[in-house]
Amino acid sequence: MIISRVMTLLLAAMIAAVTMPSTSRAELTLELKDGVIEPMPFAVPDFVAENRGAGDYASQIARVVAADLTGTGLFREIPKNAFISNVTNFNSPVQYADWKAINAQALIVGAVTVGSGGRLTVKFRLFDVFSGAPLGEGLQFGGTTKSWRRMAHKVADAAYSRITGEGPYFDSRVVFVSETGPKDARQKRLAIMDYDGANVQYLTDSRSIVLAPRFSPTGDRVLYTSYETGFPKIYVLDVATVGRRVLADQPGTMTFAPRFSPDGQTVVYSLSRGGNTDIYRMSIGGGNPVRLTSEPSIETAPSFSPDGKQIVFESDRSGNQQLYIMSANGGEARRISFGKEGRYATPVWSPRGDLVAFTKQNKGRFHIGVMRLDGSEERLLTASFLDEGPTWSPNGRVIMFMRETAGANGSSSLYSVDISGRNLKRVKTQGGASDPAWSPLLK
Amino acid sequence: MTYLYKAIFVVAALGLSACTNPGALNGGNGTGNGGAGMGQGTGTASDPHSAAYFQQTVGDRVLFAVDTSTLTPEGRATLTGQAKWLMDNPEFAAIIEGHADERGTRAYNLALGARRANAVSEFLISQGVAASRLRTVTYGKERPIAVCSEESCFAQNRRAVTVISAGAGA
Repeated sequence: MIISRVMTLLLAAMIAAVTMPSTSRAELTLELKDGVIEPMPFAVPDFVAENRGAGDYASQIARVVAADLTGTGLFREIPKNAFISNVTNFNSPVQYADWKAINAQALIVGAVTVGSGGRLTVKFRLFDVFSGAPLGEGLQFGGTTKSWRRMAHKVADAAYSRITGEGPYFDSRVVFVSETGPKDARQKRLAIMDYDGANVQYLTDSRSIVLAPRFSPTGDRVLYTSYETGFPKIYVLDVATVGRRVLADQPGTMTFAPRFSPDGQTVVYSLSRGGNTDIYRMSIGGGNPVRLTSEPSIETAPSFSPDGKQIVFESDRSGNQQLYIMSANGGEARRISFGKEGRYATPVWSPRGDLVAFTKQNKGRFHIGVMRLDGSEERLLTASFLDEGPTWSPNGRVIMFMRETAGANGSSSLYSVDISGRNLKRVKTQGGASDPAWSPLLK
Repeated sequence: MTYLYKAIFVVAALGLSACTNPGALNGGNGTGNGGAGMGQGTGTASDPHSAAYFQQTVGDRVLFAVDTSTLTPEGRATLTGQAKWLMDNPEFAAIIEGHADERGTRAYNLALGARRANAVSEFLISQGVAASRLRTVTYGKERPIAVCSEESCFAQNRRAVTVISAGAGA
């Protein structure tokens, strides 16, 4: 498979470009322009409309597939007007020479049928043009016409995974805080959208401040902090019904920074009492909270390891904010961040378990970065006036975060960046947006 | 710095356990602006028993240095005045709002705001104000009053504001 070999090299090169000195690049046969990897050219002709009514979906699905792939920064779409031949029948043999002539290394061919009751069927095949062979089996997805974007994301996920060897991530959602109004009277409400900013739906009104929503491992519930009572408290919200209830409500306390355990049964969070903030855990069903830290310092922003056995969190017990790992049952914690300068905050364990993403504050700038569990190989991926709150894509390749601009008219937006530090881009939202949390891959 | 925190927390541990049953005194949306119209019976500043007098003449807020919850000498003087006023006006209760500037991460700033509010609460209690009349809330960096992204604004946002309301003697 030429494509997958090239792509593996490409990914290896992207990682190498970050961690190795530039002299090692000469060993790779990839074209590097100003340190930018040349993206792989691909073609995705409009999908074939196999019956009446499928036409709109056929072209729109192809557009979403193309946007997903180009959005990774790893692929470049060859425009339609360069095509020599077109695809009018899903089962016709592929004219490899025509696609090779325009340098399309990958070709995605699809077909759409609209059945009775708004039933949409999408088929697709992926071809490695230069080896003149399909890459993997054809696939078929079914759903309603309303879910056409999801089916496009599934096609793009399959193509992306086959070519890169990475896990899929396009068929996913993001819960975040939608922001309007000036900085000193900001209105916030919870919203949910597709990972690419489409299909926005609001989950709360803006009467109370809401902060930092987090998905359950199945994506059907969201933990967040709300000032509904006038005091910050953790709520759990059902995404489908938008019903919500207070989760942690001990008199005389404030709670925030919640996250689910990987099995969805436990919530770990921060509780402030008498000015001191520590980390607690409790069952999602209620019951007695268990205190996990008992320091006079600030302990907050806990995040479980993927196996649920450990928790990474931030603490200023050393004098300023640093990252620590402890058992999910509490006890002794070991410090993992040892950068000579700066403060480390908002650690989030990667889905693969090998990295921690964080916010670093240093010399008046904020960065999103990643490090290994022992603090080694720290890489800062971004820098700005205020970058904060990383969240991992389901496959662990991409990090989304919030960026806030300075000044009286400063506002928040969502951005994403590859863990190589490449492909930094704004995620499109209407109005301001902060505190993103990426869902797991949808089922 | 850690040393100071610890000193404050020892004091803190004695404090707010009497502060129970948080509810909505001022509704769900953070006020924190310390402007006019807080609480009931605002009155005018010429009436020494009015909330307006408390805000404008006694002073309803204290400021903090970067990433600290240590009361400054100026802050202690203001709070001494607040304590005296609260003892002279027992029909008022107070919520102490802790705030942070925008140069910190969200959860940490919530925790820092809680420290600041608590430092004020502890001081008022040490001056004789009944703990049952005081509650604390943190707004972290959610409710800045000054919006420039410069130290002159940050300094105003690193604050604890004592918001009083009448007839709520807990």
